[in-house]
Amino acid sequence: MIVKNPGLNPDVFIVGDNILSPIGKTTDENLSALKHGISGVKKNDEINIVASLFEWNKIDIDKSYTKFENLLILSITNAIKQSGFNIDDQTALIISSTKGNISLLETEEHTKDLNKRIALHSSAKLVTDHFGFKTQPIVVSNACISGVLAILTGMRWIKSGQYENVIVSGADVVSEFVLSGFKSFQALSDTVCRPFDKDRTGLNLGEGAATVILSKNKKNENDVKVSSGAISNDANHISGPSRTGEELAFAIKKALLDAGITAHDVGYISAHGTATNYNDEMEANAINLAGLQKVPLNSLKGYYGHTLGAAGLIESVIAIHAIKDGVILPSPGFTENGVTHPVNVTTEILNTPIKHALKTASGFGGCNAAMIFSK
Amino acid sequence: MAAEKYITSRVTINHQTVYQNGMDIFTNNAVGFDEFLLSVYQHLHFSYPKFHKMDNLSKLGWLAAELLLKDFDKNHYHPEQVGTVLMNANASLDMDLKYYESIKDVPSPSLFVYTLPNIVAGEICIRHHFKGENAFFVMPDFDTPFLKQQVDYLLDKNILQASICGWIDVLGQDHRAELFLIEKVKKENTKVFSIENMEGNSNL
Repeated sequence: MIVKNPGLNPDVFIVGDNILSPIGKTTDENLSALKHGISGVKKNDEINIVASLFEWNKIDIDKSYTKFENLLILSITNAIKQSGFNIDDQTALIISSTKGNISLLETEEHTKDLNKRIALHSSAKLVTDHFGFKTQPIVVSNACISGVLAILTGMRWIKSGQYENVIVSGADVVSEFVLSGFKSFQALSDTVCRPFDKDRTGLNLGEGAATVILSKNKKNENDVKVSSGAISNDANHISGPSRTGEELAFAIKKALLDAGITAHDVGYISAHGTATNYNDEMEANAINLAGLQKVPLNSLKGYYGHTLGAAGLIESVIAIHAIKDGVILPSPGFTENGVTHPVNVTTEILNTPIKHALKTASGFGGCNAAMIFSK
Repeated sequence: MAAEKYITSRVTINHQTVYQNGMDIFTNNAVGFDEFLLSVYQHLHFSYPKFHKMDNLSKLGWLAAELLLKDFDKNHYHPEQVGTVLMNANASLDMDLKYYESIKDVPSPSLFVYTLPNIVAGEICIRHHFKGENAFFVMPDFDTPFLKQQVDYLLDKNILQASICGWIDVLGQDHRAELFLIEKVKKENTKVFSIENMEGNSNL
């Protein structure tokens, strides 16, 4: 990397954040909803699925942008406002999404121009222009680890002196395209999903967006740090996870090493926990292999569904606030262990000081991600 | 100081022509892109049944990686030390359009799985047993300074010791693969890993 300040290895702080989901437009609204056990996952009779979907008429939509771009813009706007952050020429933008504007295929006539309109970099350019970023935006599209990989990319840009600040924002909307695909995999549950439970029957899809503002400059005394992150590949199957979980375990161990901590220092795990049979089994294996099976763990999929390119970001924001507040939320849908190597799934609100939190994610293509946030 | 890095292999597939380390090794302009991909596979006598199930982006990446790694001795590395950094403009739109056409009948999971751009990285990792970091970025044009920056970080920080990296894009008949193998070991006919050497003609 072209290091502008050789020798520097600054800490990277999260100085602002937002979650925009069906249960709240700000991080605070989301945290409050979660503490009251409110979930966005509901039966939708119109399209006959159980999912966490926006009521779009309740969102302040700018018609010159698509739904996907509106989510990004609203989420970034709120994160900036809430933190009093100013975008300067040292601020970069990273966007995370799996399918972006793909729903335009369902509503627009297919032309060459539509191909361009769907391209993720077109949305990135619109968002860049909307906020007046002076830097080139980058889009991370790496299946369900996109959000975590986007934060990791931003962390590295700051650590290597490329930028002082990076805004990382992710979003995905639920389309017929995505729904039909997950249906074809028979991966969708017809009830609210139950991560790690013995009666789990699959995942719910969800819509949402989230943003973190990363900076080398701490703004508030309690700002949480992005300590480290690591990515691995199963090299096993494009649509099924590793049989052993060794590769996710490798990413977790590498993240612990890079953060300079041991398994004993981790106070909370925000799992991927999609509630599919294979994911949860693999993830629990990996967590055991990394020696973290006693650490309180939850999956937020029962509140948000699987929000794909936004999931890593939404769940990271909750992890950041778990550290700030010393509160771990219950993992909805869990009553009885349903994985071969059990993990410590939380069933009620836990008040406990947390110094380091682990976020994990895995996705199609065999990709795995682990990230450590620290006080 | 970080170790010097080298482009130890390079493959370009563009306008239905395959270049390996600067040498034009195969051209077939008589057919459409689907048939072109199959003709490369047959011409080079590859045998990998899964190839036929892949979408065109994965086929293109798989073929380019086969050639790129022809003389690569993976026994020099642990699986976790080899990874990919790939980028393109159209993500998986080529397959997205085909999948969307198909859902008018019965949606197929074996098509849907290819509606993510990073699947090509997964296919390359499965084939060569690479377990290191993967990243897939989307941008309007091949940004070699950005690629260099990302790969430098991964190799300088010893996150990877070897990286398959570059541009891989497919939309309809339009296609371009520009893959590089970056290692820290200097070999015969290798060039230093630099933006200039990536952008120069395909001679190593």
